[in-house]
Amino acid sequence: MTEEHIIKDGADLSRRDFLGTVTAGVAAAGVAAACVPFVSSMNPSSDVLAKATTEIDLSGIAPGEEKTFPWQGKPVFVVHRTPEEIKAMQASNGGKDPEPDSKRVQKPEWLVVIGICTHLGCVPNKTAAGWLCPCHGSVYDNSGRIISGPAPENLHLPPYHFVSENKILIGKA
Amino acid sequence: MNKIVAWIDQRFPLTPFIKHELTDYPTPRNLSYWWGFGFLAGFVLVIQIVTGIFLAMHYKPDSSMAFDSIQHIMREVNYGWLIRYLHSTGASAFFAVIYTHMARTLYYGSYRRPRELLWWTGQGLLLLMMATAFMGYLLPWGQMSYWGATVITNLFSATPVIGGQIVTWLRGGFAVDDPTLTRFFSLHYLFPFLIFAAVVVHLVALHTVRSSNPSGINLADKDNIPFHPYFTIKDLFGLGIFMIVYLMIVFFKPNLFIDAANNIPANPMQTPADIVPEWYFLPFYAILRAVPDLAGGVVAMAISVLIFAAMPYLDRSRITGGARYRPVYRAMFYVFVINIFVLGYVGAHPPSGPLKTVGEISTTIYFLIFLLLPFISRWEEKFVLARGLPPAVEAQARKEIAEAEGHV
Repeated sequence: MTEEHIIKDGADLSRRDFLGTVTAGVAAAGVAAACVPFVSSMNPSSDVLAKATTEIDLSGIAPGEEKTFPWQGKPVFVVHRTPEEIKAMQASNGGKDPEPDSKRVQKPEWLVVIGICTHLGCVPNKTAAGWLCPCHGSVYDNSGRIISGPAPENLHLPPYHFVSENKILIGKA
Repeated sequence: MNKIVAWIDQRFPLTPFIKHELTDYPTPRNLSYWWGFGFLAGFVLVIQIVTGIFLAMHYKPDSSMAFDSIQHIMREVNYGWLIRYLHSTGASAFFAVIYTHMARTLYYGSYRRPRELLWWTGQGLLLLMMATAFMGYLLPWGQMSYWGATVITNLFSATPVIGGQIVTWLRGGFAVDDPTLTRFFSLHYLFPFLIFAAVVVHLVALHTVRSSNPSGINLADKDNIPFHPYFTIKDLFGLGIFMIVYLMIVFFKPNLFIDAANNIPANPMQTPADIVPEWYFLPFYAILRAVPDLAGGVVAMAISVLIFAAMPYLDRSRITGGARYRPVYRAMFYVFVINIFVLGYVGAHPPSGPLKTVGEISTTIYFLIFLLLPFISRWEEKFVLARGLPPAVEAQARKEIAEAEGHV
């Protein structure tokens, strides 16, 4: 042990370096710990988190109708699809992001998608055949799948489940 | 690392700066812990700026939302309660530290030649700080916030002729209202950065004239030691003690400095039974109330804050080391400090009966101390020189007296 110690003018320098390193380390840990509340305060507050789920009553949406609901501050499109639309969608596999319709709905007559274009985040407008994004012309079908235009992916699906026959809760699968 | 530093040094005086201001900066070796309060004040300023910026991310400067947004911060924002209590307690901590810093300057005569400008930049900082604290106190939009701002803005009505217009202009309305809140928020965010800039000026002045020291003697080179590591360590130890006290209040007594009435939303139709300013304004508030005339009270209060700037001229003694070698000055210092606490007590209570008289006497004492100082200090100088002093102190005092009389 002793031969490792550097003794200069009666001072044990290796011991001094060790204490210095430990002190600086504890100080650094303290500063890091003090940053935690500040960084955390920028995360969503509990009232924002309380709005993380949205319950939607489907009974007011007639067949063939689309309604938009806010969920976590984003638009969610809920479409009551007609039997013809369901048939047409089940027959196709979409465009550049192929996906069967059955994977995109829980009940065929109810399509629930997040109304944000996967290109640059605009809100697409409803058309008879699906949606058209006003920003850069992306076209989606009635299953929310990308058919043409710059968008790379199909409209995203929010997590949701049926609470009862006519009610869904968005935000929780 | 050395390569990076060398690269920077060719383009920017980094190493010379650190050497000149820290590792080679000569600091009197006899500085006591009383000299650590400037560093603490700087540290609290940083706490206030950081917590303030984070509070502003959640606060709403709108009279219909301000009070609720504070509740939002307290209940819903992650650690919002902590950040707010750090900020509200930090305001009191700032004044406690600054008043101690000033008391040290007064006790040891650190304001004396050649440190007048250092002292005056400090006086400017005090005024900026008071304005910032006052405007910040309106932001929670509670009853005390509202009526405090009403009373203080009303002080400007004492201005001759245009007093009424000035008050309306300050408030942006006929009473304290939404425009007042919005501008106070804007300025409350701006002023700390002015304070920061003024601190830089204060430090440039300090590093020109260097720190005073408890003996007051101009020390020989051998009696100075580098600021780093000796005083960085000493200041950090002081910081540790400070943080223990500060955080104990933040965590265990966070409402100590928050008036209960401020948990009631501002109501322009009803004044609370007792309006009391924050503790750090109490002595000045007592002086304001002690003068029966509105304009007279305002002037007395303004002078009571500004008169500190005159200290280098009011104190005519050439004995160094402040109160240490000057028994009469020392007695005056302690009377002054006790008197400040008396004024604070008077300011915190309704002005009636015997307390009213106490306030008037205390106000008189406050100003008498300043007004008598020029005569007492000159008399005391002769008395102390005749009685005898430590040789180094006497030598410097006699040198300064000779210089002053030579110039006359």
